[in-house]
Amino acid sequence: MSFFLRIRSLVIKELQSLFGDPSSRALLIMPVILQTILFPWAATMEVKNASMAIYNRDLGVASTELVQRFTSGAAFTDIVVVHSEAEMADAIETRRAMLAISIPDDFSQKLAIGETSPIQVLLDGRRSNGAQIAFGYLQEILEIYLKDRAESAGHHLPSELVVRHWFNKNLDYQHFILPNLVAIITTIGSLVLTALSVAREREQGTFDQLMVSPLNPEMVMIGKAVPAMIVAFFQATIILCAAVFLYHVPFRGSLFLLYTGMFFYSLSLVGIGLLISSLSSTQQQAFLGAFSFMMPAIMLSGFAAPVENMPYWLQVATWPNPIRHFVEIVKGVFLKDAPPDRVIALLFPLVVISIFTLGSAAIMFRRKTT
Amino acid sequence: MSEVVVSFENVTKTFPGMESPALDAVSGEFRTGLITGLAGPDGAGKTTLLRLVAGLMEPDSGTVRTLGFDPFADSAAIRGDVGYMPQKFGLYEDLSVQENLNLHADLRHVIGEARRESFERLLEFTDLKAFTDRLAGKLSGGMKQKLGLACALLGEPKLLLLDEPGVGVDPISRRELWRMVEDLVDRGIAVVWSTAYLDEAELCGTTLVLNEGTKLFSGTPAEISDPLKGRCFHLRQPGEGKRRLLTDALLRPEVTDGTIQGHNLRLTFRPSTKPFEPDEIGAGSEANWSPVKPRFEDAFIDMLGGGPPGESPLTARTEAIPLDGKTVIEARGLTKKFGNFTATDHVDFDVKRGEIFGLLGPNGAGKSTTFKMMCGLLVPTEGTATVVGLDLRHSASQARQRLGYMAQKFSLYGNLTVVQNLVFFAGIYGLHGKRQRERIEDMTEIFHLEPFLITPTESLSLGYKQRLALACSLMHGPDILFLDEPTSGVDPVTRREFWTHINGLVERGVTIMVTTHFMDEAEYCDRIGLVFRGQLIANGTPDELKQSVADDSNPDPTMEDAFVSLVTRREEAATET
Repeated sequence: MSFFLRIRSLVIKELQSLFGDPSSRALLIMPVILQTILFPWAATMEVKNASMAIYNRDLGVASTELVQRFTSGAAFTDIVVVHSEAEMADAIETRRAMLAISIPDDFSQKLAIGETSPIQVLLDGRRSNGAQIAFGYLQEILEIYLKDRAESAGHHLPSELVVRHWFNKNLDYQHFILPNLVAIITTIGSLVLTALSVAREREQGTFDQLMVSPLNPEMVMIGKAVPAMIVAFFQATIILCAAVFLYHVPFRGSLFLLYTGMFFYSLSLVGIGLLISSLSSTQQQAFLGAFSFMMPAIMLSGFAAPVENMPYWLQVATWPNPIRHFVEIVKGVFLKDAPPDRVIALLFPLVVISIFTLGSAAIMFRRKTT
Repeated sequence: MSEVVVSFENVTKTFPGMESPALDAVSGEFRTGLITGLAGPDGAGKTTLLRLVAGLMEPDSGTVRTLGFDPFADSAAIRGDVGYMPQKFGLYEDLSVQENLNLHADLRHVIGEARRESFERLLEFTDLKAFTDRLAGKLSGGMKQKLGLACALLGEPKLLLLDEPGVGVDPISRRELWRMVEDLVDRGIAVVWSTAYLDEAELCGTTLVLNEGTKLFSGTPAEISDPLKGRCFHLRQPGEGKRRLLTDALLRPEVTDGTIQGHNLRLTFRPSTKPFEPDEIGAGSEANWSPVKPRFEDAFIDMLGGGPPGESPLTARTEAIPLDGKTVIEARGLTKKFGNFTATDHVDFDVKRGEIFGLLGPNGAGKSTTFKMMCGLLVPTEGTATVVGLDLRHSASQARQRLGYMAQKFSLYGNLTVVQNLVFFAGIYGLHGKRQRERIEDMTEIFHLEPFLITPTESLSLGYKQRLALACSLMHGPDILFLDEPTSGVDPVTRREFWTHINGLVERGVTIMVTTHFMDEAEYCDRIGLVFRGQLIANGTPDELKQSVADDSNPDPTMEDAFVSLVTRREEAATET
């Protein structure tokens, strides 16, 4: 009984100092709101407003029709007509066009006699991602053009690709970013909070005060962990609500599974935060520590680049990264109603990470404080 | 022949976010030919005044003239002629002594032959010649201040502003530093020495006394203590129970202030009253009065309207602990090394139940390290530290439940309100519900915290922070109390009040271990351990320590005299062997 009452005192104290001060209260809530508003709009990977330069040397029917298909479609909104190789290069260099195509002067002629004719495509490598995607649109247009030509000539293409995007029918990028945000924003809150809180008490001298009290290091750790987890749940819930009610991302899975995942995820983060805290003696060290963990952990979480694209050894190396597993849980539960056994398989690494980090933090605390 | 170099009139400065001004219509002047003391507790406005004089800030109203210029508007004109040594000396701890000097010489544009000459002269003057390669961070407190002084003296200033140069310096180095500064005064430099130690201010040629931003007094120390003449007495040989006697003496209307000095009581009486008969407060038959010279501190307290009442309400609300004569705190061969630096070197002492044991020594002597090992906050490299027979590092929380701890700088949660701090400390010591409410009510009443209950702790004055810190550490009624520098920086009246509470606790059988660098404060202790460079160089009652150094030339030595002699004796003994 007394154990819980003492921990309750610690938790209340922590929450009072977090929410009692208007500026720290704002620091916990404002970034979440700002990021929820900005990220879904800013961090998009769709290519809208793609531009294309066309250098058409052929005046035949076939090439004219092709050019028309390019200009009339929705994919390319900005068409630059150029009249020389140099102009074509210039259009890309000055970023007036993301890609450029050059149609040779015998294009219609060759097609008319049933031969194949090459088309040259130049992509702007500086905007590699966007250009790749735009190139995809271009290929699609070309494919339909060829199919239509074949059909009008009475032939049929041997096979045809029909693409359906499951779990995100319209390839809406917001469906991808918002579940990710649930993971990322929660990370910053709970990690920085725990990493700094112990260091701050060390700097103020209040940590000694706790250490001479009847509290033992484990109780102090629980007292630090619980408020951070409360904050993490609180922030995640804000984004979750924004995703579902504001951005209308369909929530397909079980809320219970999501929150179970969140519990173990925030536990493992708190473990890392406390470990950083136990190793650093000033707030500055703790802050640097938290960031040197956070940056690579977010980059290697599958949020920015899919884990499957990494070399095998790196895929293995990301296993101790809790963000990686939670990103998968959130996306799984959110978008495709991942079954409990799949979620449990993903929870396992989180549990292992929590045990390891909390255990080492406890050992470090005892060593450093006694 | 003495020339006014700085004058200021009705200077007021308020910092944003502060309720009362840091300086409130203060006037005065600094002259050559003597050391001007700028005295007052922390937060009195000393640093603000020095910074205004140095032209680092602009006053809100009033005028300052430094060396004939407006120091803020014409800062370029005075820059070369004003030496300013800030509180945390402007030294780079990772640079050597020589590199620090080079840097300051570059900044002040001291070049060529003049530079070589000043280095030579200053290193000679400060006795730092042998240490030019040592990193400033590795110097002792006294040597750091000397280097700071050397840096401030580069470029031959006409005015030298020293902000609390005596902090963190042992009494021996302090005396050396003082002699050096006197030497500078003889050469015609005007020197301002700011200090929170009133005994230091007493040595100055003239003193400006500040309290909470207002000027209390200015004049020579003799003038300040003049009104106290014939009003200060020692009650010698009062017999048993000096704390009780002090309480009773302070309850008498003619007594305005009183302290314990070793075995004696030191009392200040109202003007035109006479000391009462010692047996009226139950003193022993051998008790007798003897007039003493008033001190600066007596005058300071008198100006503030006398000391606090003698009876602590805490006494009645503390459960009596039976005195069993047992040793409750014990150190055996206690040693702590940080790398190749020995902070505490084979220290032994023990403290009996109901005693006040004080660790006395300058900052950096190893008091805090010893203290932290006793509380179980640091692991000793060697030796043992036990409290009620237990090593606090491994002991169960029940053992720690019996302890109260008040850390240096009153470590409280600054962004929590006063009542939130009280509730928190009650909570972690297992007080809940009705008992918690009662104890918090008690503490609020005893320490007069009522008007501040919902004030954030960080905006309390230092005196109230100290009261709150003591309240938090006493919440659970501990029988052993650890106090680390409990009175540093607070004004003398609050210090008196603090000791009244401590005396009240001791009367109920609470054991106290305290560290302090105030030499005179050690007089309150039953026994003192003198700590110097990590070693316990003497251990005994205050009177024993003072008596051990008394001789014909100094029949009634102060605690500081005792400290200086004991250290010197020890060093002489060390060089002989």
